[in-house]
Formats: sequence, C-alpha cells, structure tokens
Amino acid sequence: MNGPMKRRFVDQILVMFGREPKKPAEISPKAQEIHLYKKGNRDFIAEKLHARAHAEPSHTWRNRRWITLLLANLLFVVSYWFDVQILEGALTASRFIGFHLIDLNSALQVMLAHKHVIVNLFIGTGTVLVLWILLGGRTFCSWVCPYHLLAEWAEKLHLFLVKKKLVTDQTMDRRLRSVFWLVFAVLAAATGYTVYEAISPTGILSRALIYGPGLALLWVLALLVFEVFFSRRAWCRYACPIGLTYGVVGIVSPLRIMYRLDACFHEGDCRKVCLVPHVLDTVIKGRAIDTEVPIGPDCTRCGLCVDACPTGSLKFDVKGLSKLM
Amino acid sequence: MSESPDNKIAEKPPISRERRQQARRKVLRTILLTGGVMGAALSGFLPLAYAQRSRLRPPGALDEKDFLSSCIKCGQCVQVCPVQAIKLADLVDGFGVGVPYIDARAQACDFSCDAVQCILACPTGALVYHKPEFLSVRSGAQLKAKPILKAKEKDAEPTLNLKERIGVARLTRPEACLAIQGKGFKGQARGAGFKGHMRYMAVDRWKPIRVADHPYDVPECDLCVSECPVKNAISIETVFGPDGRQRKSPVVHEPCVGCGVCEMICPVESAAIEIVPREVWRT
Repeated sequence: MNGPMKRRFVDQILVMFGREPKKPAEISPKAQEIHLYKKGNRDFIAEKLHARAHAEPSHTWRNRRWITLLLANLLFVVSYWFDVQILEGALTASRFIGFHLIDLNSALQVMLAHKHVIVNLFIGTGTVLVLWILLGGRTFCSWVCPYHLLAEWAEKLHLFLVKKKLVTDQTMDRRLRSVFWLVFAVLAAATGYTVYEAISPTGILSRALIYGPGLALLWVLALLVFEVFFSRRAWCRYACPIGLTYGVVGIVSPLRIMYRLDACFHEGDCRKVCLVPHVLDTVIKGRAIDTEVPIGPDCTRCGLCVDACPTGSLKFDVKGLSKLM
Repeated sequence: MSESPDNKIAEKPPISRERRQQARRKVLRTILLTGGVMGAALSGFLPLAYAQRSRLRPPGALDEKDFLSSCIKCGQCVQVCPVQAIKLADLVDGFGVGVPYIDARAQACDFSCDAVQCILACPTGALVYHKPEFLSVRSGAQLKAKPILKAKEKDAEPTLNLKERIGVARLTRPEACLAIQGKGFKGQARGAGFKGHMRYMAVDRWKPIRVADHPYDVPECDLCVSECPVKNAISIETVFGPDGRQRKSPVVHEPCVGCGVCEMICPVESAAIEIVPREVWRT
C-alpha cells in the first residue's frame, strides 16, 4: 500500500464510524491522467450505449444473495422443525453440525454483561470471527441478517412513495450508530443485562422464524414503518450496532468490492442503490485516488452496485487472489 | 453537524440560511431517533420491574441476575428438550425477550433426556453443571447429593449431573389435595385435552407420550409421588392435622430439585402442589 492508499484506508474506517467522506488530498499520477482524459474526451456513442445497458438492470448478485439469506435462515428453521440437527439454535448463537457459532455482537454483549467467558463461548466467537474475516465482515448484514431482507423490501416501498412525492427521506447523522454501539456496550457492562439483545431486530426475527412469532415482532414492525414513511434504511444506516461490529471485522477482510476507474461513467447509479453510499464516494468524478480503489469496510458486499454497473467498474475482489492467478 | 463558529467558517464557504436550517433539522431528527431507540430499549425494564411472579428457569440456571446477563437467547436448550418443557419469553417479559423458562403446570421438566441436555446445549454458561468459582451458591440451593433419577436407578450411573435446585415443590393448596382428603383418582390426570408429555418407563424409556394417553386408577391419590422423577424427593406420609387427627399427606424432602412434574400431574384444578421458583431448601 502506498501513502495515499494508506491514508484512504484509515479514512474509510473513520467514515464507517460516521465521519462524512472528504475529497482526497492526493491522487496518483495515473488516476489523474484518466480523470483529465475523461474531462476532455466525452465519448457520446459510448454514453448512449451505456445508458441503454442501464435500461436492462441485472439482478444476478441480488438473487444470489436473497437465495443465500433465505437458505441460511431456513436451515435454522428446518433443523429445528424436522430435527435434522444441521444448524441448531438461532442467529445469536448456534451449532453447525456440532461446531459452536456465536454472533459477534451478541457474544460481546454477553461478555460485557456477564464478565465471564466460558470455553464454548470463546470457541464459538472465535470461529465466527475467522469466518467473517474471510467472508467480508458486513457480508453478514446483507447475506444473512433477516432484518436486512425485510428492510430491503421496505426500502422499495419507501422509494416508491418518494417517487410519488408522498414522503421524503429524512437523513440523520451517521455518527449515531457509533454512539449507540458505545451506549449499548456501556449499558451491558453497567446493568448486567444484555440490553441491546432485547431490541435487536435480528435476534427477534431469527427467533420468531424458528420458535414462532411473538409480540416482540411489533418492535420490528415499528422500525419498518419508520423506514417506509420517514427515513430510508434508518435502522441499518444509523442505529444497528451489529453492523458496526461486523464492519470492524471487515477492516481486515480480503473480500471486498473493487472499483476500477477507467471504464466508469460516473453517473452514480451505484450510489443510488447502495445502503451505505458514503463508501462509494470514490466513484464521484475526480475522487478516485488510483486506477483501482478497494471499497471501505462499511460496505456490506451486497452486490447491488455490481448489478447496477453495466461497465464492470465495480466488481467483487479477493485481495491477493488476482496476483496469484 | 454543527460548525464551530469562528475559525472553521473562515476556511469553508459560508453556509446559506436554508442549509443551516436543514442541518439543524437533521440534528433534531437524530436526537429523536436516539430517544426512540433508547426508550424502546429501556422500556424493557418496566415489565421486569412489575413482574409479580418469578419464573422457573431450566435446570442448571445461574441465579436470576447472572442468568439474564449470560443468556444469549439462542434457544438451543429449547431445541434439545424431548418434552419441549422450555419456552422462550416474549416482549411482555422485558429483558426476558428470548430467555428460556419453564411453565411447569403446562409442561414440566421430567428429565426424560436422562442427562440434563439443556445444560449441555447452552453455549454461554447460563445453564451450567458447575458454577464458576466467582459466583456464590445461595445457602439451601445446593443439593446435598446428586439427585438419583428413578428411571436410571438400575444404570451404572443413576444420578443427574445437577448441583443446585431450580425451585422447591410446596403444597400450596392442601385443602384441595386428594391424598389429604383420602380420595383416590381415576382417569386422565389433566383431562383429555391436556397436551403435556411425560416419559413412562413402563411404556417406553426413550419416547415420552401424552399424559392424556396414560390414564390412572389409584385408590389413594399419590400421582405426585409415583410420577416424581427424582428418588426420595417426595413421599406420602402420615401426619397429624391441626385438629389432632391422623391423615395422609404428600411431604417434600431435601432431594427435590424443583422440576415441576408434581405440579403438572396434580389432577385437581388448580394444582394443590406447586413449584416455588428459585426457592431454597429450609430445614
């Protein structure tokens, strides 16, 4: 990693904690060249073709992701209802053919509240930590979390209402999520209760799927209503401490989305579909610091931008794999 | 997103009144969401505060506060229980959302798993065989000896790996007790519609059946004693009533672990014998 890339790496971590992205101070000569070239040479034919390509949106990654998410959650349900014992438990903690898996944020809450870590808790947390380091951190959000799927559908409804000019997206300060993370950590340690677990829509939904619905679903419903009529993807964007925990894991993950500057038309459709558009700040005209820029740790690796981009400027990438092959 | 007034503004272009107003609204909305989420989180305290009845927890549960702090709410204990005695609490139970409990009258823990499987399943140590050193054991909660499971009495290892009781059975309505009245009992213990299950050694050691499918016919009611899964935990004794007259009565002894089978099987409505959750043995 060169100097500017290192600075961007740190910068993206700060952006995850809630700072607004800034214009880069330094851009590599090669990238600068492309930026300049694009300014002076507009290819109108290519732009037309590009616009046409946009007219037929792809849903490849979205479909793959939805299938994965549904299968993962169904595996929990099936394991219990048909007693096949493949994935026992719920998303907070489970056993995959006997191996303990424990959700990182839930584990953290329990450790802080109980102040004692037994071997199984340690093993399960470690396994999941390694798993999500390999798979990309917030990949958990978009590929596994059941609330994410409901929120995606609620978002569709919200965007429809926005188009009809019936509602507007009320944005909030993203630093709130970091504050919540801290507050819930302190609350767990101070009160000895896993306070967050009581309102975690991920936990509530997972248990409702496996053990049957309960009144707690009302809270999830309230969140969805809030997101539809008031603020787009509010829970995932501004509140969920689980997302931040997995985001921190994603800092060191080799799996990420890679941005390639040369083919990009900078019209920003990727930013429109993104749950965390601040990570795609680099696709704005003149912002990319290099010809290839990895997207930061707050990215959920959902692939919506990959689907949205007809030029292949945004693609899944595993660090080091392209060099190996 | 408030700007510090003097030095920063000099660097940035001045913000229009509209932009400033937008920024102010954003701060307000953020505070609103904060209040909403924190309110929801803390409203969980209320039901806990006015909870009148303490709940029976699964075997091996730590003391209530430690139990609530260590339970990760995954329901693995629910999944391994062969009679589905363990349920997960709902929203109205406050911080108990997703925390396991046993409603003994509806379905008691009859140890038909033979080995307290729920403890084995617990990934966080909210249910434990051995309490960690730094947690104290309330006096009277500790069992004098490992309980002997009647069903395993002939096995090489007849005991349950359980060190503390989860409650103690108590004759809460002696006036209703059939044994005290000297009455017998004939029929389904809890009626035809009762969904509770129990393991009957005479029927099948590994397959619990519905209590409704196992009718009784006893000249003197002793269901709480005959169905108690733990050896020497309860017996019918001859006692002297307050009027000085001799009569029979169920008497609970020290080995009682508080599993709740007596409460479930008691044929009178409502049960004459009940589990007092987290009660300790008093001599």
